[in-house]
Amino acid sequence: MTAPWIEGDTSGAGLAIAVACGAAFGAALERAGLGSARKLVGQFYGTDLTVFKVMFSAIVVAMLGAFWLGQAGVLDLARVAVPDTWLAPQLIGGAVFGAGMATAGLCPGTSCVAAASGRGDGLAVMLGMFSGVLVTGLLFAPLRALHESTARGPLTVSAWLGVPYGAVVLAVVAIALVGFGVAERIERPA
Amino acid sequence: MIGRVRRPYADPYVAGACLGVVLLAAFVITGRGLGASGAFATTAAGLTHAIAPAEAEANPYFARYLGGGGPWRDWLLFEIGGVALGGALSAWAAGRLRGEVERGPRARRRSRLVLGFAGGMVMGLGAVLARGCTSGLALTGGALLSVGAWLFMLAAFAGAYLAAPVLRRVWR
Repeated sequence: MTAPWIEGDTSGAGLAIAVACGAAFGAALERAGLGSARKLVGQFYGTDLTVFKVMFSAIVVAMLGAFWLGQAGVLDLARVAVPDTWLAPQLIGGAVFGAGMATAGLCPGTSCVAAASGRGDGLAVMLGMFSGVLVTGLLFAPLRALHESTARGPLTVSAWLGVPYGAVVLAVVAIALVGFGVAERIERPA
Repeated sequence: MIGRVRRPYADPYVAGACLGVVLLAAFVITGRGLGASGAFATTAAGLTHAIAPAEAEANPYFARYLGGGGPWRDWLLFEIGGVALGGALSAWAAGRLRGEVERGPRARRRSRLVLGFAGGMVMGLGAVLARGCTSGLALTGGALLSVGAWLFMLAAFAGAYLAAPVLRRVWR
């Protein structure tokens, strides 16, 4: 049977799989050291580029896996949900999010890992994140126009540039490899 | 945990590759990726609905979390519960499970907690605007080559690098 096997399943089994996927995700983040705010912010001071290395190796592996499983006919990529593109909200929201991340020292996912490994600062970030979402949701009306502007749907880089999927995959791998080389040079103590 | 040795963290490329395999498994099994901010959003929607049902249903942002199986049967809410579970088990197995407030060498405990909360709130605003965070948008969408995910990732790194010099005293 062609994958994905259980789309949009919120039955008991579907939610058990959600817990299992989350547990593996949390364990990988913890092993990488991304439950540590000091390690995470090292990225923005050029002292520890773990964030970049972990994120890009994960993206490359998942991207190559999805591409080749799609080519092999094992995975039906048309049924895998590509996050929708909303140009202005994602550019502005991204910049705001990044400034918050440098201040908090953790992102929403890693704050859960930090809190779960006993860190009070992780819990503070989680509570802040929750409050931020709650307050923004309650005061949503003035943001709605921006939030719903510049919709582009599930647009991929290959569709946007009119370049074959495989060529974009290859380009991302090349950029990641160059990036890893640069990261190792930046980190090397002078 | 007293007396246990904290084992060093894993190699970032190995940990990242494992994370990539987990993300790929989520694509194959469920047809969706991983996430985090959605769990906060569905909790906010669910609590608002419990206190003021009519207001929550009339709110265009919260309303999208109130359909289907309802806000408490949300896939990402269970997934984030798993993240905490997996993070705790992994930290425990590596001797890294311990109560502390991690902060820069010159930062006070209270200022770290206040800045953590404040930074979290700012991330909340950004995640609502962008419809996702580093997990659900940057990581998941990045691997699926979503244009918005890559724009979000570039903008988030830019925002963080712009804010970092101002925060140098907090962390260095």
